[in-house]
Amino acid sequence: MARQKTILFACGTGVATSTAVNAAVTEAMKARGLTFNAVQCKATEAPSMSENADLIVATTPVSSSITIPVVKGLAFLTGIGKDKALDEIEAELRK
Amino acid sequence: MALGIEAESPEQVIRLLAGKLEALGYVKPSYADAVVKREQTMPTGLPLGQAINVAIPHTDPEHVIRPGVALGVLATPVAFANMEEPDERVPVGIVFLLAIDDKDKQIDMLQEIMETIQDPATLGGLARARTSGEVRALLAATPPGIA
Repeated sequence: MARQKTILFACGTGVATSTAVNAAVTEAMKARGLTFNAVQCKATEAPSMSENADLIVATTPVSSSITIPVVKGLAFLTGIGKDKALDEIEAELRK
Repeated sequence: MALGIEAESPEQVIRLLAGKLEALGYVKPSYADAVVKREQTMPTGLPLGQAINVAIPHTDPEHVIRPGVALGVLATPVAFANMEEPDERVPVGIVFLLAIDDKDKQIDMLQEIMETIQDPATLGGLARARTSGEVRALLAATPPGIA
Protein backbone atom coordinates (compact mmCIF):
# COMPACT_ATOMS: atom_id res chain seq x y z
CA MET A 1 0.00 0.00 0.00
CA ALA A 2 1.55 3.32 -1.08
CA ARG A 3 2.18 5.85 1.64
CA GLN A 4 -0.32 8.64 1.85
CA LYS A 5 0.82 11.83 0.20
CA THR A 6 0.93 15.20 1.90
CA ILE A 7 -0.50 18.33 0.36
CA LEU A 8 0.58 21.68 1.75
CA PHE A 9 -2.05 24.41 1.49
CA ALA A 10 -0.44 27.82 1.57
CA CYS A 11 -1.88 31.29 1.70
CA GLY A 12 -0.96 34.62 3.22
CA THR A 13 -2.03 34.02 6.80
CA GLY A 14 -2.37 30.25 6.67
CA VAL A 15 -5.85 30.68 8.11
CA ALA A 16 -8.45 31.92 5.63
CA THR A 17 -8.02 30.98 2.00
CA SER A 18 -5.89 27.92 2.74
CA THR A 19 -8.71 26.64 4.97
CA ALA A 20 -11.33 27.11 2.27
CA VAL A 21 -9.13 25.57 -0.41
CA ASN A 22 -8.19 22.65 1.85
CA ALA A 23 -11.87 21.88 2.43
CA ALA A 24 -12.72 22.17 -1.28
CA VAL A 25 -9.85 19.97 -2.44
CA THR A 26 -10.37 17.35 0.29
CA GLU A 27 -14.02 16.99 -0.70
CA ALA A 28 -13.30 16.90 -4.41
CA MET A 29 -10.53 14.31 -4.03
CA LYS A 30 -12.75 12.18 -1.80
CA ALA A 31 -15.33 12.16 -4.59
CA ARG A 32 -12.53 10.86 -6.85
CA GLY A 33 -11.67 8.17 -4.32
CA LEU A 34 -8.48 9.76 -3.04
CA THR A 35 -7.37 10.83 0.43
CA PHE A 36 -4.27 12.66 1.54
CA ASN A 37 -2.60 14.32 4.48
CA ALA A 38 -3.50 18.02 4.58
CA VAL A 39 -1.31 20.64 6.18
CA GLN A 40 -1.92 24.40 6.14
CA CYS A 41 0.73 27.06 6.37
CA LYS A 42 1.65 30.61 5.53
CA ALA A 43 3.25 31.24 2.16
CA THR A 44 6.45 32.30 3.92
CA GLU A 45 6.66 28.94 5.70
CA ALA A 46 6.12 26.94 2.52
CA PRO A 47 9.79 26.50 1.50
CA SER A 48 10.82 24.89 4.78
CA MET A 49 7.63 22.85 5.08
CA SER A 50 7.85 21.63 1.50
CA GLU A 51 10.53 19.19 2.58
CA ASN A 52 7.82 17.05 4.17
CA ALA A 53 5.21 17.44 1.46
CA ASP A 54 4.55 16.07 -2.01
CA LEU A 55 2.55 18.94 -3.46
CA ILE A 56 1.67 22.52 -2.65
CA VAL A 57 -1.64 24.20 -3.44
CA ALA A 58 -1.13 27.91 -2.96
CA THR A 59 -3.41 30.90 -3.29
CA THR A 60 -0.53 33.37 -3.13
CA PRO A 61 2.81 33.30 -4.96
CA VAL A 62 5.36 31.07 -3.25
CA SER A 63 9.13 31.02 -3.39
CA SER A 64 10.70 29.88 -6.64
CA SER A 65 13.20 27.90 -4.58
CA ILE A 66 10.56 25.25 -3.95
CA THR A 67 11.24 22.03 -5.82
CA ILE A 68 7.99 20.12 -5.34
CA PRO A 69 5.05 20.76 -7.70
CA VAL A 70 2.92 23.81 -7.00
CA VAL A 71 -0.71 24.08 -8.11
CA LYS A 72 -2.40 27.47 -8.16
CA GLY A 73 -5.16 27.44 -5.57
CA LEU A 74 -6.93 30.62 -6.64
CA ALA A 75 -9.10 28.48 -8.91
CA PHE A 76 -10.87 27.13 -5.83
CA LEU A 77 -11.77 30.62 -4.64
CA THR A 78 -12.86 32.06 -7.95
CA GLY A 79 -14.17 28.87 -9.52
CA ILE A 80 -12.22 29.68 -12.67
CA GLY A 81 -10.04 26.75 -13.78
CA LYS A 82 -11.17 24.66 -10.82
CA ASP A 83 -11.56 21.39 -12.69
CA LYS A 84 -8.20 21.72 -14.36
CA ALA A 85 -6.55 22.34 -10.99
CA LEU A 86 -8.33 19.30 -9.54
CA ASP A 87 -7.07 17.18 -12.45
CA GLU A 88 -3.52 18.36 -11.78
CA ILE A 89 -3.83 17.52 -8.09
CA GLU A 90 -5.34 14.11 -8.84
CA ALA A 91 -2.48 13.35 -11.24
CA GLU A 92 0.08 14.18 -8.56
CA LEU A 93 -1.68 12.05 -5.96
CA ARG A 94 -1.85 9.09 -8.30
CA LYS A 95 1.88 9.19 -9.15
CA MET B 1 -22.39 45.97 6.09
CA ALA B 2 -22.05 49.09 4.04
CA LEU B 3 -23.62 49.78 0.66
CA GLY B 4 -22.88 52.34 -1.99
CA ILE B 5 -19.39 53.00 -0.68
CA GLU B 6 -17.46 55.72 -2.50
CA ALA B 7 -13.78 55.16 -1.89
CA GLU B 8 -10.49 55.94 -3.59
CA SER B 9 -8.30 53.16 -2.34
CA PRO B 10 -8.36 49.68 -0.82
CA GLU B 11 -7.11 51.19 2.42
CA GLN B 12 -10.13 53.49 2.67
CA VAL B 13 -12.55 50.64 2.11
CA ILE B 14 -10.80 48.41 4.60
CA ARG B 15 -10.72 51.07 7.31
CA LEU B 16 -14.38 51.89 6.79
CA LEU B 17 -15.46 48.27 7.13
CA ALA B 18 -12.97 47.55 9.92
CA GLY B 19 -14.42 50.49 11.84
CA LYS B 20 -17.82 48.79 11.78
CA LEU B 21 -16.39 45.50 13.03
CA GLU B 22 -14.53 47.29 15.79
CA ALA B 23 -17.62 49.23 16.86
CA LEU B 24 -19.56 45.99 17.08
CA GLY B 25 -16.88 44.31 19.21
CA TYR B 26 -15.64 41.83 16.62
CA VAL B 27 -12.09 43.05 16.33
CA LYS B 28 -9.41 44.88 18.28
CA PRO B 29 -8.22 48.39 17.39
CA SER B 30 -5.05 46.84 15.95
CA TYR B 31 -7.08 44.95 13.33
CA ALA B 32 -7.52 47.76 10.78
CA ASP B 33 -3.81 48.52 10.56
CA ALA B 34 -2.96 44.83 10.33
CA VAL B 35 -5.38 44.25 7.45
CA VAL B 36 -4.20 47.33 5.53
CA LYS B 37 -0.58 46.26 6.00
CA ARG B 38 -1.25 42.70 4.90
CA GLU B 39 -3.18 43.84 1.87
CA GLN B 40 -0.07 45.74 0.75
CA THR B 41 2.19 42.70 0.79
CA MET B 42 -0.31 39.89 0.29
CA PRO B 43 -3.28 41.35 -1.56
CA THR B 44 -6.66 39.72 -1.72
CA GLY B 45 -8.18 40.81 -5.01
CA LEU B 46 -9.90 37.89 -6.73
CA PRO B 47 -10.22 38.22 -10.51
CA LEU B 48 -13.48 36.60 -11.45
CA GLY B 49 -13.20 37.55 -15.09
CA GLN B 50 -16.36 39.59 -14.79
CA ALA B 51 -17.39 43.19 -14.43
CA ILE B 52 -17.68 42.78 -10.68
CA ASN B 53 -14.73 41.33 -8.83
CA VAL B 54 -14.31 40.60 -5.17
CA ALA B 55 -11.66 41.12 -2.50
CA ILE B 56 -11.39 39.25 0.80
CA PRO B 57 -9.04 41.23 3.03
CA HIS B 58 -8.20 39.71 6.40
CA THR B 59 -5.30 39.27 8.79
CA ASP B 60 -3.99 37.06 11.58
CA PRO B 61 -6.40 35.78 14.25
CA GLU B 62 -4.61 37.63 17.05
CA HIS B 63 -6.47 40.84 16.13
CA VAL B 64 -9.88 39.20 16.20
CA ILE B 65 -12.22 39.00 19.18
CA ARG B 66 -15.19 37.26 17.57
CA PRO B 67 -15.45 35.85 14.05
CA GLY B 68 -17.46 37.74 11.50
CA VAL B 69 -17.61 39.37 8.09
CA ALA B 70 -18.17 42.97 7.05
CA LEU B 71 -19.66 43.23 3.58
CA GLY B 72 -18.96 46.32 1.54
CA VAL B 73 -20.61 47.11 -1.79
CA LEU B 74 -18.69 49.79 -3.67
CA ALA B 75 -20.52 52.42 -5.73
CA THR B 76 -17.57 52.63 -8.08
CA PRO B 77 -14.90 49.94 -8.41
CA VAL B 78 -11.66 50.30 -6.47
CA ALA B 79 -8.49 48.68 -7.72
CA PHE B 80 -7.14 46.00 -5.39
CA ALA B 81 -4.04 43.99 -6.23
CA ASN B 82 -4.51 40.45 -7.51
CA MET B 83 -3.93 37.76 -4.85
CA GLU B 84 -2.11 35.50 -7.28
CA GLU B 85 -0.30 38.18 -9.30
CA PRO B 86 0.30 41.08 -6.93
CA ASP B 87 1.58 43.28 -9.75
CA GLU B 88 -1.82 43.18 -11.41
CA ARG B 89 -4.82 45.23 -10.41
CA VAL B 90 -8.37 43.92 -10.15
CA PRO B 91 -11.34 46.34 -10.21
CA VAL B 92 -13.28 45.30 -7.13
CA GLY B 93 -16.95 45.99 -6.58
CA ILE B 94 -17.66 43.89 -3.49
CA VAL B 95 -15.48 43.46 -0.44
CA PHE B 96 -15.81 40.81 2.24
CA LEU B 97 -13.69 41.92 5.19
CA LEU B 98 -13.04 38.73 7.16
CA ALA B 99 -12.49 38.45 10.90
CA ILE B 100 -11.33 34.90 11.50
CA ASP B 101 -10.10 33.70 14.85
CA ASP B 102 -10.03 29.94 14.47
CA LYS B 103 -9.66 28.45 11.05
CA ASP B 104 -11.26 25.16 11.97
CA LYS B 105 -14.41 26.82 13.25
CA GLN B 106 -14.83 29.13 10.30
CA ILE B 107 -14.68 26.65 7.47
CA ASP B 108 -18.44 26.91 6.96
CA MET B 109 -18.35 30.69 6.81
CA LEU B 110 -15.51 30.62 4.30
CA GLN B 111 -17.20 28.03 2.14
CA GLU B 112 -20.42 30.07 2.07
CA ILE B 113 -18.49 33.12 1.02
CA MET B 114 -16.77 31.14 -1.69
CA GLU B 115 -20.10 29.87 -2.98
CA THR B 116 -21.43 33.41 -3.00
CA ILE B 117 -18.38 34.64 -4.86
CA GLN B 118 -18.72 31.93 -7.47
CA ASP B 119 -22.35 32.74 -8.23
CA PRO B 120 -22.51 35.64 -10.72
CA ALA B 121 -26.25 36.07 -10.15
CA THR B 122 -25.78 36.62 -6.41
CA LEU B 123 -22.86 38.98 -6.94
CA GLY B 124 -24.81 41.01 -9.46
CA GLY B 125 -27.70 41.22 -7.02
CA LEU B 126 -25.43 42.32 -4.19
CA ALA B 127 -23.89 45.03 -6.34
CA ARG B 128 -27.31 46.45 -7.13
CA ALA B 129 -28.72 46.09 -3.61
CA ARG B 130 -29.85 49.33 -2.03
CA THR B 131 -30.91 48.15 1.42
CA SER B 132 -29.49 45.72 3.94
CA GLY B 133 -32.78 43.83 3.74
CA GLU B 134 -32.11 43.09 0.07
CA VAL B 135 -28.61 41.91 0.91
CA ARG B 136 -29.85 39.55 3.60
CA ALA B 137 -32.44 38.13 1.26
CA LEU B 138 -29.71 37.44 -1.30
CA LEU B 139 -27.44 35.77 1.19
CA ALA B 140 -30.31 33.55 2.27
CA ALA B 141 -28.04 31.05 3.95
CA THR B 142 -26.32 33.92 5.71
CA PRO B 143 -23.47 32.72 7.85
CA PRO B 144 -23.53 34.06 11.39
CA GLY B 145 -21.79 37.29 12.15
CA ILE B 146 -22.31 39.27 8.94
CA ALA B 147 -21.94 42.90 9.91
